[in-house]
Formats: sequence, structure tokens, C-alpha cells
Amino acid sequence: MSQDANARLTGDFYTAPFGPRIEEEGDTLILNMGPQHPATHGVLRVIVELDGEYIRRAEPVLGYIHRMHEKMGEVKSWVQYLPNMGRVDYLHALAWNWAYVGAVEKLMGLAVPPRAEYIRVITCELNRINSHLLWWGAYLLDLGAFTPIVYAFADRERIMDLLQMVTGSRLTYCYYRFGGVSADLGDEFIRGTHEFVADFRKRLPMYRGLVTDNMILRGRCEEIGVLSPETARRYGATGPVLRGSGVAYDVRRAEPYSVYDRLDFTVPTGRNGDAMDRYEVRMEEMNQCLRIIEQALEALPDGAHIAPDLSERLLPPKGEVYFAVEGARGKIGVYLLSDGGPTPYRVKLRAPGFSNLSLFAELAQGTLLADAVSILGSLDLVIPEIDR
Amino acid sequence: MKRLFKTLQGLWSLAVGLKITGVELFKPWLTVHYPRQEVDNLATFRGHIELVPAADDPQTPRCIMCWKCVEICPSRCISLRLHAVGEGAEAGDPGLLLAPELKSPYSAHLPPPPDKIERVLDSYRLNYSLCSLCGLCVQSCPVEAIRFSRNAYLVGTTRQDFDLDLLARLRNPVDAPRPPGPRPPT
Repeated sequence: MSQDANARLTGDFYTAPFGPRIEEEGDTLILNMGPQHPATHGVLRVIVELDGEYIRRAEPVLGYIHRMHEKMGEVKSWVQYLPNMGRVDYLHALAWNWAYVGAVEKLMGLAVPPRAEYIRVITCELNRINSHLLWWGAYLLDLGAFTPIVYAFADRERIMDLLQMVTGSRLTYCYYRFGGVSADLGDEFIRGTHEFVADFRKRLPMYRGLVTDNMILRGRCEEIGVLSPETARRYGATGPVLRGSGVAYDVRRAEPYSVYDRLDFTVPTGRNGDAMDRYEVRMEEMNQCLRIIEQALEALPDGAHIAPDLSERLLPPKGEVYFAVEGARGKIGVYLLSDGGPTPYRVKLRAPGFSNLSLFAELAQGTLLADAVSILGSLDLVIPEIDR
Repeated sequence: MKRLFKTLQGLWSLAVGLKITGVELFKPWLTVHYPRQEVDNLATFRGHIELVPAADDPQTPRCIMCWKCVEICPSRCISLRLHAVGEGAEAGDPGLLLAPELKSPYSAHLPPPPDKIERVLDSYRLNYSLCSLCGLCVQSCPVEAIRFSRNAYLVGTTRQDFDLDLLARLRNPVDAPRPPGPRPPT
């Protein structure tokens, strides 16, 4: 490749739009993957320049589902911003709930009753399993296996029934409140969760037999999209994408919040950083979630589920705060700036999917188009979260 | 030789997967065949909000018209109208008399309002197409006059179908829970 052509391959879509084809390199084809494409799971557009079946250059174009969540924070009161959080990332809504609620609590110096902390851990981990299960089914769907998503949905249904019992919703939860959670756990929920944990533990080896060991899946994932820890760090990747590359960074361990420092769980990591490692990390994480839920149910104390005498017209003091939690896709951060008024002065949401998607352009370079679909799937992207 | 072993191992993995699928084939159905059957977990379902009747009169809402639900709603989907009756009814718009201690240039010449004005709820409307079911209105209500309905089967073809008059629904429960099972033929 000549120096000139190389220069044209750097830069992103916004600064250097795709121009005419590079003549000296022969015939290349520019193809739009998306914004309506089954492998992008939402309205993500990836422009790829193809040389035969090989990708010369891939460029994600964002913003199709931008809903101004950050701006909405500036016009709604502190409490009214809560339902937005369930809609930033609809798959792990409770982690976003937690990030915002935790930031406000940190700003106000609000203590959360111990029972509420454990309830948050239980529901958040259930939601994480839910998110990983959908990723599992959808990823295999991308790779051409239809049945797994049906198995995943059978288990997802049970989790959603459990979470519906306490939150009232099935997907876009708005459950956490400043200083606690909006409803207490009932006996039925606790019994149901115990049953689910026992059953799901048996389902995980079944999943392994069904697809994880399958030679076709291994052929589609092993040594595909190898991500080095340095590259992952450079892009700020977090979550299973970073852990798949062998970096044991988990917010629950690195910057423990809530009661995670009292719970015993391991942070699974991969070795090669390929798509299979990211897959294995998520499968093992589901197992760890079960361990966390069991311990939290065991240790669940009695008491109030929400801090009493909390005024409705919440006025946090002047100041700024940053609070991060570990979501299913990585580090979720909420930065709040308060001028002491009835609404936040500025809200900044750090979406892990944004950083994880950014490295796709580099990973996809030089791979087959079909492998790029596998890489895109292994990053576990939720487009509404990326665009916010 | 190594390659042959790998291929055999791979083929075996396919057989294992097929066995799991085969076993699953003979398990009972997990899905519910709506409308012949219905799900049984609607007791915890959160549908649109509805008014709770007073203990002594099922036709009257428990609502005290304090406006808290209207104020806290993030999407402003609740609107209510009321009028005052009895003493103080002629003093003007009862909405302006909610805080009697406040004096404005427009109300300074008026006689002081009575301590308690009896108000009657004229309408309580919910624009359900805007509602995000966060539950803040239900939680902020001081007298527990709002609750979630269990109405999971609300359908409509126009936007007006989701502009719900909750007061009318309280007086005439059109969406009373129907016993599960097949619908009678129409």
C-alpha cells in the first residue's frame, strides 16, 4: 500500500469522508452495513470498504438513536431523571439506575440502609445475567445458530418474572430510589430466586454442551478479532471486552461500591483476547453472578428498604461528583454537576459501549466481512447506550 | 493424525449438541398460547395508573387534589381539574387558592379565603401514551389515592384511545379484570 493511500485510511468518517475508491489498489467496494442490519442490533451504521471479501477499512457512524439523555438531565428535576436511566441501556437498566442514584447519594452524603444495598446487589446481578443471556442468544444468532436464543429466552423469562415481582416492569426498570429501592423483596421473590439459581446452575453446563464446545462456533470465534491489552487500554475498553484480553479490571473489585467488598467472587479473564475469550468471560461471569446472588440472599439483613424522611423536593448541595458501577458491558460512569438548584446543572454519562465500539474499526481491518460480524457481536453492543 | 482427531472431536461436539436439542424437543411447552391461554403473573404487573375509591363510597376517589402527582410526573401526563364548593367557592379559581398565605397584587383586595375549601374533582386525565410507568406518582401520593392497574391488554388504534379519563373509569370500571380462559365467541 502506498504512503498516500495509507494516509487516506486514517482518520474517521467525520473528518475524512469516504471518497472515491483508491484506484492504484484496484477495485474496492464501499458497503453500508446498517443502519438497518440484523447484525448491528439497532440502528448502527458501519461503512466498510471491501477488497473482495476482506475489509480494508471499517468506520462506525453513530447518532441514529441519540435521544439527548444528558440534556434531558438538565431540564428535569433530580427525581424526574430516574426513568431516563432505565432507557439508556435497556438490557442492564438496573446498573444505570444504580450509577445515577449512587452519584446523587454520594453528592448528598446519603446513607443507604443495609437491606437496600443487598437488594440492589441481588437485583442488579439478576439483571446482569439477563443481559448476558440476551447477548449470548443474539451473538449466536449473528453467527447463524438459531436455537440458542430460544433457550436463552426461556431463562430470561424466569428472571423477568422475578424482577417484575419487585420492580413491576420487565425491561426498562425504574426501581432504585435515592436512599434505597422503591419496593421491598417479598418471600415469593426470595424463594423464586433460590429456585432460579439452583436451576440455572444446571443450565450453564447444558449451554456449554449445546454450543460452547461446538466446532462450528469455535471456528467462528477462535483467533478472530484478537485484541491486545494495550489496544483495549488505548480505547478505554472496559467490561468483558477488556477482561477477555487478560486484564482483570472490574469496578466491583477495583473501586468497590456498595457491599461488593464483602462478597466472594472472582473476576474471570481470558488469555488471547479473541472473540472466544470474550465469550468465555461472559459465560463464567454468569456463574459468578449466581454466587453473588446466593451470598447476598444469605446475608440479606432485615430493616428498612429505603432511608426514611427523605424530602420529595430533593436539593443536593453545590458540587460535582462521579460515581461508577460495573455494568454488563463495562464501566458505567455518571458525572453530575450541581449548582444547588432543582435540576442538575450538567449530567455526563459514560457509556462503556461507546469505548468498546471505537476499537471495532481497528479490529476489523483486514478481516473477512463475515468475521467482522463475529467481532461486532463479541463486543456486546447496545446501540441506545452508545448514542445515549 | 492430529487433524483427524480434531475432526472427530468436532463431530462429537455436534452430536452432543443435537442430543441436547433432541431431549428439549420432548419437554413440555414453556410458552403460553395467547389468547387461548393467558399468563398468570399479572398480579405484579404495572399497567396504567388508576384512582383508588374512598373507603365509604366506591364512586368517589380518595384523591385530595394536592397536585403532587402532577408536579412529580417526568413526562407531564397527568392533568386534573377541580372546582370549589360551599364557603369560598365564589372566591375565584380554586387553583390559585391552594396556598392561602400567599398574597399577590391580584388577590390583595380579596377577602381572606376560608381555612378549608372543599373541592370537588371534575376530571383526572392520564395521557398514557406519554407515561413511562416509573411509579413516582404512586409513591408521592400522600393518601395512596393512585395505584397501578393490572390491565395488560389495553389496546387502541388512535392516540385518543390512550388519553384515559380515570375518573370515568373509576365510576364505570370498563377494564375490570376478566377471569382467564378462552373468550366467549362473539
